[in-house]
Amino acid sequence: MGTPFGITLQVGSSLANKTGAWRTERPVYLDRMPPCNDACPAGENVQRWLYHAEDGGYEAAWRQIMEDNPFPAIMGRICYHPCQDACNRAHLDQPVGINSVERFVGDLAIRRGWTVPVRAVPSGRRVLVVGAGPAGLAAAYHLTRLGHAVTVRDAGERPGGMMRYGIPAYRLPRDVLDAEVARIVDMGVTLQLRCAVPDLTAALAEGFDAVFLGIGAQLSKRTYLPAGDSARVLDALAVLRGVAQGDPPLLGRRVVVYGGGNTAMDAARSAKRLGATDALVVYRRTRAQMPARPEEVEEAEQEGVRMRWLSTIAGADGGAITVERMELDETGFPRPTGLTEQLAADAVVLAIGQDVDRSIVDGVPGVEVRDGVIQVGPDMMTGRPGVFAGGDMTPSERTVTAAAGHGKRAARHIDAWLHGTTRAPASRPDLAAFENLNTWYYSDAPATVRPTLDAARRLSTFDEVVGGLDEQTACYEARRCLSCGNCFECDNCYGMCPDNAVIKLGPGLRFAIDYDYCKGCGICAAECPAGAIAMRPEET
Amino acid sequence: MPATRVKFYQTGSFAVGNRLLAPEQRAVQASAGRTNAITRGHRACQGCGEALGARFVLDAAMRATGGQLVVVNATGCLEVFSTPYPESSWRVPWLHSLFGNAPAVASGVAAALRARGRPDIRVIGQGGDGGTVDIGFGCLSGMFERNDDVLFVCYDNQAYMNTGVQRSGATPPAARTATTQAVGPAPGNAFGQGKNAPLIAMAHEIPYVATATVADLRDLEAKVIRAMAFRGARYLHVFVPCPLGWGSPARDTIRLARLAVESGLFPVFEAERGEVVAVRGIRHRVGVREYLRPQKRYAHLFEPVERTDVIGRIQAGADRNIARFGLLDGGPP
Repeated sequence: MGTPFGITLQVGSSLANKTGAWRTERPVYLDRMPPCNDACPAGENVQRWLYHAEDGGYEAAWRQIMEDNPFPAIMGRICYHPCQDACNRAHLDQPVGINSVERFVGDLAIRRGWTVPVRAVPSGRRVLVVGAGPAGLAAAYHLTRLGHAVTVRDAGERPGGMMRYGIPAYRLPRDVLDAEVARIVDMGVTLQLRCAVPDLTAALAEGFDAVFLGIGAQLSKRTYLPAGDSARVLDALAVLRGVAQGDPPLLGRRVVVYGGGNTAMDAARSAKRLGATDALVVYRRTRAQMPARPEEVEEAEQEGVRMRWLSTIAGADGGAITVERMELDETGFPRPTGLTEQLAADAVVLAIGQDVDRSIVDGVPGVEVRDGVIQVGPDMMTGRPGVFAGGDMTPSERTVTAAAGHGKRAARHIDAWLHGTTRAPASRPDLAAFENLNTWYYSDAPATVRPTLDAARRLSTFDEVVGGLDEQTACYEARRCLSCGNCFECDNCYGMCPDNAVIKLGPGLRFAIDYDYCKGCGICAAECPAGAIAMRPEET
Repeated sequence: MPATRVKFYQTGSFAVGNRLLAPEQRAVQASAGRTNAITRGHRACQGCGEALGARFVLDAAMRATGGQLVVVNATGCLEVFSTPYPESSWRVPWLHSLFGNAPAVASGVAAALRARGRPDIRVIGQGGDGGTVDIGFGCLSGMFERNDDVLFVCYDNQAYMNTGVQRSGATPPAARTATTQAVGPAPGNAFGQGKNAPLIAMAHEIPYVATATVADLRDLEAKVIRAMAFRGARYLHVFVPCPLGWGSPARDTIRLARLAVESGLFPVFEAERGEVVAVRGIRHRVGVREYLRPQKRYAHLFEPVERTDVIGRIQAGADRNIARFGLLDGGPP
């Protein structure tokens, strides 16, 4: 028999016992939708590029951003980062400074001269993009990568649209803007400046296979303001454009800005830099109701801009304005009180919104205009087949990021349309909510605060206000990412399985479950920091 | 000397591994080349803390000794679920004799190795709380007294689970077991009885005594590796939740061990020659209620009426641990 005395069976391994048969639930690896990605108007895979940045893979991080958005260095400065508002880390300490890491990565790309290769085979199709703002340039970038020949036409002297003529240089330095625009043009985009497209029908007759419209909302809204002959009333866009073109208007020492949006803040802060000793923002509602981003209001106040809430301008003349106090009714709507006051003002700048110049689609059949903007379908196409539109001229939250997202989405649908197909919307996995995480495992680490130029220095110049991160702080900030809903290979499932039923596949390859032995206890799912494992009932 | 904490690398060293750390800074359990001293196919219940604890301890010991290790096992769940004849889950040299004599057998193995001139081969004795705190305690105390060159590891799940959840000397107050039913005016196990085996081990003034849990792997591995640096009798008491005996969800095994530490009910410390030299402080303190509530063995403290008086006594025990070991300020007062 070959066995010792008293032993009747050969010793065997417990591997013969397939304990997977006990299971009633099975663990499965998931990639949930991280809230940052979910909130990004440009559809960036934020979690993924932070994952690269965490181990110093800044080029891989940059290339991941460039899959969705060709403006990382611009985004890192002027994006209002809804990703950070959604960040789950806010429940622990403070949101991850995604925006500052993006800026670091974008700046590094400019310094190192990284470019995006065009790998697609030329399609032979020609696409006209009208408007060299963020929507148009993003569309041109993505269309070029998809192999189409793109011509961009813009009425301006320089490309960039509102990024150049609306956003002050202290928020977006022009060398950064120029570098990111040049990188797109250098991919083979034909850029035609000082080349307005007044008539879409005529442009279509030139033989373009598709058109993307991204002309923005360039007309300042007006309001009736009783003003005498000597009153100096300007609109905010004209002021900002004048500054951008090196031809700033004369505003005087006491400047009143009327409106409560980001443009109002930009105008007031620019007025300060142009020599105004007194810049006052007049807004008819309260601070809480202001559409301007809180950080913009805060920076403006730090620079000495004063705010006057619940006030309207009832009239202007002879170096003074009449301000009327408002009060909120029970629905929160402001109503006049009849109480007025005189304030000295050398100039009034109106910043009460912008309209779309819709003359470009006059007479184009099928194009629908509603609420002052061009209507488009989920595929960004107007009612006229082959004509797509995006950015501020379509229903939009009117940010550069949203415009870049429109450009991407339109480019992908234009590509499908040119191939005679349609593009199905990407499936969206379940959100990685804070409740899905096991935050015990994350290090306690506060946010890195970006250095800000001291207020005294920024008042006299258009130098950039917010500073950047260096490599060490950027890496530290990236590592604060919780990787919500996505495996980052912490080995918890592998290390904590009582049944050795998790298989480690190697760096970057994550893990697999050995269902022959997994008993379905659920420890892996419970102890996954990122919530990237779910328990699913076994079929019986 | 507790496990060195690495901070600011996303999970630092709280998780098992961390791709941002050098391989030598990751846990033994993160390694694809770990021994897997107890392999797949063992018959432990879903979510067994003891199976996990035994693998954690022995894989770390195998690394510390370069694979030169003999393991002696007391009777108990760990022995029964790993070796139903003729199968074995063990991938280390492994002996089993009786319930009560594992420390004595381990002493004998150590003596035999010394006699054969093999000081490089190290010995670990191991068992549950029944085999250690109760039945094997005389042998264990003798092993300590003689300072035999053995690391004895107790996997403490606080009752005799294998035979049907009977009370042991390690069963905590108020816990329901098959022999301490939740009936009468003082339901569950009595207050003020039982043994604190780590403190008794310390009283022997042996070279090294430590406590640990399956919820803090880095700390546990560091203690096993530290223990293997000593010669003589050493004792490691590992807290291992038992879903079956405690009436807790299988997925909560790690979480309950974590809550036991964070509430102060299970103090995690190291002692050398009878003196506490380091404690693992509480990171995010919780009340004992949070630990007790998920466990059916304490259900009678919450239904039909919440027994705040009993929970208060348990909390007082946790508070005493916190003060005694300095769990909130990182060391003995």
